[in-house]
Amino acid sequence: MKSIYGILALTTCLTVAGAAYAEGQLNIYNWAGYTPPDLVKKFEAETGIDVTIDTYDTNEVLLSKLQAGGGSYDIIVTAHSFIPVHAAEGLIQPIGLKDMENIENLDPQYLTADWNPEGDYGVPWQWGTTAFAVDRTVYNEPVDSYETLFTPPGALQGKIGMFKGASDLISLAQLYLGVPFCSEDPSEMQRVLEVLLAQKPHVKVYGGGGAMREQLVSGELIAASNYSGQIVRGREQKPELEYIYPKEGVASWIDVVAIPKGAQNYENAQEFINYILQPEHAAMLSNHAGYSNGVPASREFMREDLLAAPELIVPDGIRVVPLATCTAAASDLEAQLMTQLLE
Amino acid sequence: MTTTTRAQRIRRRTILGLTPAVTMMGAFMVIPLILVVVMSFMTRGQYGGIVWEFSTDAYQRLIYVTRLDGSLAYNLSFLAILSRSLVLAGLTTLICLLIAFPTAFYVARQSQRTKSILLLLIMFPFWSNLLVRTTSWIIILRDFGFVNQFLMWVGITSEPITLLFTNGAILVGLVYVYIPFMILPIYTSVERLDNGLLEASFDLFATRFQTVRHVIGPLTMPGIIAGSILVFVPSLGAFITPDLLGGGKKLMLGSLIHLQFTTARNWPYGASLSVLLLAAVLIAMFILARRAIRARG
Repeated sequence: MKSIYGILALTTCLTVAGAAYAEGQLNIYNWAGYTPPDLVKKFEAETGIDVTIDTYDTNEVLLSKLQAGGGSYDIIVTAHSFIPVHAAEGLIQPIGLKDMENIENLDPQYLTADWNPEGDYGVPWQWGTTAFAVDRTVYNEPVDSYETLFTPPGALQGKIGMFKGASDLISLAQLYLGVPFCSEDPSEMQRVLEVLLAQKPHVKVYGGGGAMREQLVSGELIAASNYSGQIVRGREQKPELEYIYPKEGVASWIDVVAIPKGAQNYENAQEFINYILQPEHAAMLSNHAGYSNGVPASREFMREDLLAAPELIVPDGIRVVPLATCTAAASDLEAQLMTQLLE
Repeated sequence: MTTTTRAQRIRRRTILGLTPAVTMMGAFMVIPLILVVVMSFMTRGQYGGIVWEFSTDAYQRLIYVTRLDGSLAYNLSFLAILSRSLVLAGLTTLICLLIAFPTAFYVARQSQRTKSILLLLIMFPFWSNLLVRTTSWIIILRDFGFVNQFLMWVGITSEPITLLFTNGAILVGLVYVYIPFMILPIYTSVERLDNGLLEASFDLFATRFQTVRHVIGPLTMPGIIAGSILVFVPSLGAFITPDLLGGGKKLMLGSLIHLQFTTARNWPYGASLSVLLLAAVLIAMFILARRAIRARG
C-alpha cells in the first residue's frame, strides 16, 4: 500500500496552485467567451491594471459561487433578473455610478429600471433576447413557433440543443405554453415539466450558449435554444443559421455588470465600469459578443453588419418578455422541476 | 537507561516529524468533512446557502421527495442515479483493470531506461488540466470528429454515428482519466514479483492460465485492489466527465450533488448526498482493505 501514497503524493505535487498579488489587479467573473480580449488588452495597457478572467455558463453557478464566499472577484456579470437576488442576499454592493464621468453616456432608462432598486447596483454589459435557431441547410420547413423546438419533427429529433441553466430553459417552455415567468402555480409548472420531459428524448445535449453555437455551426445540432448574439456569431461561420422569432414571443434580458461585496479592488472595478461606458469601448463589447449595449453613442463604433443584424432587431408584433426575478416559492418550483427533469 | 532515552528520543522525533502531515490532514480534510456533515443537518436557504437551524430534511429527502403539486413520493430517482453511478463506476474499474494489467506487466518487464520512459508517459496526461483532457474527447467523438471521419473514410458507415453525449462516451472518458491510477499500483506489485516463483510454477507443469490464476494473481492482488479503489472511488463521484461527455442528460451522483449547490439551491441535501457517498466509499474501502490484508497474509 505504501507505493499508493507515493503515487498520490506525486500527483498532488503536480497540481500546482498559483497565487497572485492583490495590487493593481482586477478579477472578472463573466460568461464564457463574453469578455473581448482586445478590450482587456487596451484596458491593461492604458491603466497598468492586471486583469484576470474567470468564466461560468449559467446564472445559477455564479450565484452559488458568490454565496459560498468564493472567488474574490471584483467584477461580475449576470442577468438583470438575478440582480435583486444578489442585492437581497448581500452579495453585491453599490458601484458608485454618480462619481463616474461616463455616466452621461449611459441610456438613462437603466438608472430607473425595476431590477436596479437604488439605481446603483450595476450598468448593462450587453442585452439581447433568447429564443432558438434552426440550421437552414438541413431543415427548410417554415418555422414560426416553439412547437418546432418542443415537439420536433422527425428531421430534428435527436438534433436538438437546450439550455442547461434553469431560468433560460424554463422560460422558453413557459413562453411556449403561455405560462408567466416565475410562476408559483404548481399545476402550471407541472405542465412545463411535462413538455420538457416529452422533449427530452429528442434532446441531444443540455448545454451552455457558446457550446451550442459551436455545435450548430459544426452541424451536430440542427435546432437549438440560444441567445441572439450567439447566433450573430454563429451566422458569421454558417450563414444558413436562422434566429427564429416565434409567435409566442422571445425572452429578453440585460446582462449587468456589478461589484461583489468585499471586492478587494473596488476602485479598479469602478475604473473598469467607467471604461466600458465610453462609446468606443461599449462598441467593442458588442462587436465581440454580437449583442446591443447600453450606450447609445456607441453605434458609430459598431460593426455595420451588427447594426443591421436580424437577430438584434425584433420584428414588429413579436412579444418581448423580460426575464423576471423569481420569488423563493417560484425558484423552489424551478429547482424541483430541474431535478425531476434531469434525474 | 540509555536505551530508553534513545527510544524516547526516536519517538519524540517521530511525533515531531508527523506533525506537519497530521496538521495538513486535520486542516484540509477532517475540518471540511465535519463542515459537510454539519451542513447536512441545517435548513436550506431560499436562494441557496444555509440557515443555521437544525433540520433532518436533507436526510428525509433521500427517501421522500415533494412533487411539484406538493404531494410526497418515494425518491425513486435517487436510486436510479445511484445504480447508474455504481454501474458506470464498476464498468470503468473493470475496463481499467483489463487494460492496465497487461500494460503494467509489459512495463515491468522492460529495461530500467525504457521502464522510466514508459512510466513518465503514463503520468504525462496529468500535466494538463482534467477539463482540457475531457474536452479533447468531445473533439474526437463528435459527429464530424476523428472517429466518425475515420469510419466514414473506411466506409464502415455513410452517416456519422452518435458517439458523443451517450453513456458510452462517459465510460470512455472515465477510463481514460483514471487508468493511470490502475496501472501504477499494479506495476509496483508486478515489479516485485519473484521470477523464481514463475519458473517454479512452469517447472511444476502449470499451464500459462494456471500460473496467472494461482501464482501471479494472488501475488499482485494488493496492487489490483489498491488500483480498483483508486479508480472506483473517484469515478463514483465524477461530475465533470458525465457533464461534458454525457450532455447533461443523465445525472450521476457527482452531478446530482453539483446540481444541489447550483440550480437546485439545496445545499443541505447536497451535503447529505455527499455524506452518503462518503459512507458508501468508506464501507467499500474497508471491505477491500480487509481483503487486501488477507491476500497479503
